[in-house]
Amino acid sequence: MERGPGPDGARRALGCLLEAVLASRGEANAVFDILAVLQVGARAAEGVGEGPRGSREGGSRAEQSPQARLSPQSEDSEEIREAVRACGRLFAALLERGELFVGRLPSEDSVLAGSQGATRKYKVWMRHRYHSCCNRLRELLAHSSFEVKELALSTLMRFVQLEGVHPLEKPKWDGCYLFPHQLFKAVVEGLLSLEDDCSLLLSQFREYLEHDDIRYHTMQAATDIVVRVANRYLEVPFTFWNNAFTLLSAVSLPRQECNTSSFYVKHAKLSQTWKVVHLKEHRKAFQLMWLGFLKHELPLGLYKKVLVIMHDSILPHLAQPSLMIDFLTRAYDMGGAISLLALNGLFILIHQHNLEYPDFYRKLYGLLDPSIFHVKYRARFFHLADLFLSSSHLPAYLVAAFAKRLSRLALTAPPEALLMVLPFICNLLRRHPACRVLVHHPLGHELDSDPFDPEEGNPAESRALESSLWELQVSMLCASPTPPPSLPGSRCFCLGPLPRKRVVMCVLLQALQQHYHPEVSQAASVINQALSVSEISIAPLLELTAFEIFERNLKKKCQESVPLQFIPAQGLLGLQDDLCAQHFTLS
Amino acid sequence: MGKARLAAFRRKGSGAPAGAQSGRARPNPNPFEVKVNRQKFPVLGRKARHAVGQPGVSRARAVQKRTQTLLKEYKERDKSNVFTDKRFGEYSSSMSPEEKMMKRFALEQQRQHEKKSIYNLNEDEELTHYGQSLADIEKHNDIVDSDSDAEERGTLSAELTAAHFGGGGGLLHKKTLQQQGEDEEKPRSRKELIEELIAKSKQEKRERQAQREGALELTEKLDQDWKEIQTLLAHKTPKPENRDQKEKPKPDAYDMMVRELGFEMKAQPSNRMKTEEELAKEEQERLQKLEAARLRRMRGEDMHGDSRKPKHLSADDLNDDFVLDKDDRRLLSYTDGKMSVEEEQSREASDGESEEDHHEDPSDENLEESSDPDGHSDLDSDTETEEDCGRPDTEPRLAPQKRLANNGHKAREAARNELPYTFAAPESYEELKSLLSGKTMEEQLLVVERIKTCNHPSLAAGNKAKLEKLFGFLLEYVGDLATSDTPDLGVIDKLVVQLYNLCQMFPDSASNSIKFVLRDAMHEMEGSVEARGRVAFPGLDVRHRQRETQAPCREPDVGLDPGSPGSRPGLQLIYLKIAGMLFPTSDFWHPVTTPALVCMSQLLTKCPVLSLHDVVKGLFVCCMFLDYVSLSRRFIPELVNFLLGILYIATPNKHGQGYTLVHPFRASGKNSELLLVSDEEDTATWQRTGLSLRWASGLKAQTKTEANHTRLSCLAVCVALVKHCVLLYSSLPAFHDIMRPLRALLTEHLANRTHPPELQELCQSTLSTLTDMGKQSQRCRPLVCEKSKPVPLRLFTPRLVKVLEFGRKQGSSKEEQERKRLIHKHKREFKGAVREIRRDNQFLARMQLSETLERDAERKRKVKQLFNSLATQEGEWKALKRKKFKK
Repeated sequence: MERGPGPDGARRALGCLLEAVLASRGEANAVFDILAVLQVGARAAEGVGEGPRGSREGGSRAEQSPQARLSPQSEDSEEIREAVRACGRLFAALLERGELFVGRLPSEDSVLAGSQGATRKYKVWMRHRYHSCCNRLRELLAHSSFEVKELALSTLMRFVQLEGVHPLEKPKWDGCYLFPHQLFKAVVEGLLSLEDDCSLLLSQFREYLEHDDIRYHTMQAATDIVVRVANRYLEVPFTFWNNAFTLLSAVSLPRQECNTSSFYVKHAKLSQTWKVVHLKEHRKAFQLMWLGFLKHELPLGLYKKVLVIMHDSILPHLAQPSLMIDFLTRAYDMGGAISLLALNGLFILIHQHNLEYPDFYRKLYGLLDPSIFHVKYRARFFHLADLFLSSSHLPAYLVAAFAKRLSRLALTAPPEALLMVLPFICNLLRRHPACRVLVHHPLGHELDSDPFDPEEGNPAESRALESSLWELQVSMLCASPTPPPSLPGSRCFCLGPLPRKRVVMCVLLQALQQHYHPEVSQAASVINQALSVSEISIAPLLELTAFEIFERNLKKKCQESVPLQFIPAQGLLGLQDDLCAQHFTLS
Repeated sequence: MGKARLAAFRRKGSGAPAGAQSGRARPNPNPFEVKVNRQKFPVLGRKARHAVGQPGVSRARAVQKRTQTLLKEYKERDKSNVFTDKRFGEYSSSMSPEEKMMKRFALEQQRQHEKKSIYNLNEDEELTHYGQSLADIEKHNDIVDSDSDAEERGTLSAELTAAHFGGGGGLLHKKTLQQQGEDEEKPRSRKELIEELIAKSKQEKRERQAQREGALELTEKLDQDWKEIQTLLAHKTPKPENRDQKEKPKPDAYDMMVRELGFEMKAQPSNRMKTEEELAKEEQERLQKLEAARLRRMRGEDMHGDSRKPKHLSADDLNDDFVLDKDDRRLLSYTDGKMSVEEEQSREASDGESEEDHHEDPSDENLEESSDPDGHSDLDSDTETEEDCGRPDTEPRLAPQKRLANNGHKAREAARNELPYTFAAPESYEELKSLLSGKTMEEQLLVVERIKTCNHPSLAAGNKAKLEKLFGFLLEYVGDLATSDTPDLGVIDKLVVQLYNLCQMFPDSASNSIKFVLRDAMHEMEGSVEARGRVAFPGLDVRHRQRETQAPCREPDVGLDPGSPGSRPGLQLIYLKIAGMLFPTSDFWHPVTTPALVCMSQLLTKCPVLSLHDVVKGLFVCCMFLDYVSLSRRFIPELVNFLLGILYIATPNKHGQGYTLVHPFRASGKNSELLLVSDEEDTATWQRTGLSLRWASGLKAQTKTEANHTRLSCLAVCVALVKHCVLLYSSLPAFHDIMRPLRALLTEHLANRTHPPELQELCQSTLSTLTDMGKQSQRCRPLVCEKSKPVPLRLFTPRLVKVLEFGRKQGSSKEEQERKRLIHKHKREFKGAVREIRRDNQFLARMQLSETLERDAERKRKVKQLFNSLATQEGEWKALKRKKFKK
């Protein structure tokens, strides 16, 4: 066969073959030439991603032999794409013409050997070619080149569409809903690859998911595949879970049943008896899919991802959200960031679905540990905590325990978190006047030590109400008028050339306990006065970052000129009693 | 009764416009002729125009006027011929009576001249005044009462005044009254009158002149006499002078006081040279003042000032928090007896002064320097100032510097041949770099010094900007030095002093450039946090880290990869340090140091500790942090966390109780035993030394032993810092809670016997201090809120709107107002006109009535007369008849 070099030549050659096949049935064998190019591409893909499904295609290997002559370098992705396009056009035309066998497909050999009519033989044979083409295309979904993958996907979806319109099986009764389940399942399986990260391809696939029927069948197919894969392998690879999650999270149901359902496969008339039409069925499928997915032991990172989208895109669409209770409570018990994330879902269940959760606040209390101010989900957690503690029916001991614990934790928090948590505590005290003893207890006795027990997990027994928020206290005059003499940091000035007489100027150290950041110390000093009535909205403070604080500080205008250090600099490390000079040397 | 009378009054007279004037003319009017208009409200300061009306007078005037005009017209109503006065200017109101007279006189003369005396050459016409011949007056036979004139000096005689200003009419009238007989000679007398007038004024003038001459003569004579006597009275001169002064208005005590004060100021003697002690004392006072200002800023009193002070709330305060932004009223004061407006300084006296001091000091020095060509004095003065405020134990440190200066002197002798004396200020960073590169430390310092001297702001106008730029370039240069492969920390060490001096000169631009550097660094850090979720610990300088797109050095162990770009100096550690030296770190809020603090906090929380370098850098940041707050003693949670983490990575990993690690550290993992030293030999040979800053800038550990030694040093520094923190925060109420995790870890360290004895000891002492301080710290007293004052009720003052006009005219546009005014005026005029017409009609009716009555009376009289005569006739006739009968 004559072929020009390069992709142009390939296109021309394939074009000729295509014309020939479509023009007369006599030239049908040219199909093999087209498929051959695909075959090589698919093999290359298999070579890249060696997988278990390679063996399944053993039966079709026979077809490979004649086309080996076509081109030794047909791995070229350009050529493969040409071949895919040609196949697409060819079988689309054949499907539309109805030149493929309809019904249960008999085996190729028996038909060819049998004595049926030539047309039937041709149709069966062609259907077999179509079948093998689909298999090739599915294998191409694992090709190394993204263009090929994309093209293969779109071609397969076109087949799905055409097959839906011209079904290859006989309807069991009139008006029966027909969908190319086999083909579509194969597509989904190709998408949920075990080896490659298909997130790009899945994002392409996402646009098909807008159609009701595709979404429905995707959910069904995904459920099946997850079950099958999980059963087959003891240790399911991480990429599969990742792909599955990407696919699952891409499925989003409409909030309400809408009348105009969009179908990918065009139907002349929609029947109300079809399951696909009803949102309820979609919800059921959705629920099955997620429950089936979450049933398995997932990697830890994936749990986080699931929990992040749980409240927003999973729970509202489940037919029975209460089925998530087990999963969420388990996640809540795990501790750490996962617990934080599970809170949101739990809250929805408690709030909207009557979930009784006896130790909810106790566990919430347990979640408060020093890392809470450093984790990524800080804003989310405090938003929810604000919500949980906003009820005025909470017992005072509980709120007091929270306030005390938070202020204790604030001793290790960075300024941006402090700016948020201090108003938070003040809001708690405002909402629950009974807790004001924490900041205002004029009749209390002097205590030897803080009665609050930080290790106690039960807020009821933490004795927070007997305590006070000493952590927040900003200023307290030092009991002794002079600082401890051994303090190396207290800088004493010897002024002027009067070496004998030292004027100690920092004697009046007021022992101001202050945070180094002015805004924080101002926020903390709020408790020194009686609290104002209105609450402070912490919403704008939740997302505050240190960089924003920094920018704000830089932009703040100074009215007068900048104050200057009046002790002259002497060197890089500063004066001799500076810590830097004590502990570091220049050489 | 009273009401009726009032009504009667009113009826009597309505509208007496010139009542007040006529009242003035007649000071004691008959109270029954006066109508008093009652005022509703007495208003102070308002003149009541129509308080008193005189209806009788005004009516009389009105009637008189009508008689003259209306009645005249009425009487001439049926007459066709008109009497016209053809005298010149009789009806022209524009001419004054004198003018009229003059003109008439001239016309008359002309007429006479034409008619009669064309040929009469000799006969002079006789001029008259008031009918008297002026020729007679010339002869002074009729001197008009000169005696009385002399008596009332300076005032014109009544006659003269009347003649000049009152017009001739009055006088004429008077004259006619006086001399009724001479009426025929009217034109003559007028001429005489004028002549008399002229003569009189001339005479008066002459008299005045004579008097003046006489007075002058007398004064001269008196002076001469005085001179003669003066010699006799020489010793008693002050007295008469005093007497003279007494005539002046005596200045009051206040003015005298002001004068005196003014003179006192001027008279102050110039300051004498101060002794050493006094100078020292002054310096001490200055520092005390600065320290006081610093303390104030540290407590943030400037910020809280308004909230802490009991704010004055006036009763009229609307509680809307409206405050005048700035009270820019100037205080009035007097200097040298003149009023002057005091500057605002008094408010921030100490602050302003301190800054002025800052500004002045270096400039003074520099002025001296500029006069001194080879720039020795600056070094001397520098050392002097250092001596001034350094305390004795810093002196040994200074001494070598001095020596260095002396050595440098010799070295410079040699270098002077190469170094030019003047340098243009560099316009770009490259310029500065080319100036400084390749020179020794001393030379570099000298170059910078000379640039500074040659471009002192007092020398030329643009120098200020140049030096401000120089600060930025130097900063960049320092950064470059720190970044270079072999960081030249010595040069930086010295350049810091220059930076300090420049900063003292231009605080604003210096703060801006440091802020700029910090912002750059933070932006970069933010970017990398967002991109990778973490950020590498910066080195001594940061901004150049972008060029090296490296992963942070990950080697946990000895093999601190020599070429690893991660070990290259990064961020602004050096800039942070410099910022702390240039600006006060203890301020409650400061435009530079507060962002720097945030920056350090970010370094301690965001940068993971992955290598020994990171530990050293982190410890350096900790030291800086503690130095920043050493005066203000503020609490730094991040620092405590960091130290906890460092202590943790020096222990073998087994999670103990009582502490939780936070972000940059993890309880387990790759770097969780970074500082653990297991080699006993290294432990034994370790000596406690200061950590080298070169570690932070990428020093590589040569051997494993060296690395281990560094680890131990790090740990020692860490424990020392913990101890420092313990002392620093011992007064905090939450001291126990802050220190609990540290205490737990330290106990663990003590339990670990593998540490060298010195370190053990340090741990032990820290722990014991911790316990002591814990015991010392006061007991927990429950919190009590500050009592707040009850909030006063809101009081509302009425809204005051200035009303300029009353009535309906208010509140419309200008045109509308004008229109309304005109309408109003028209209405009033119309009413007035109607009233006038009505009165005229009444007057006419009255006149007609009186005419009719008169006519009737006349007729009656005539009829009576007729009847009378008839009766008489009849009587006579009857009598005659009777006589006849009798006869």
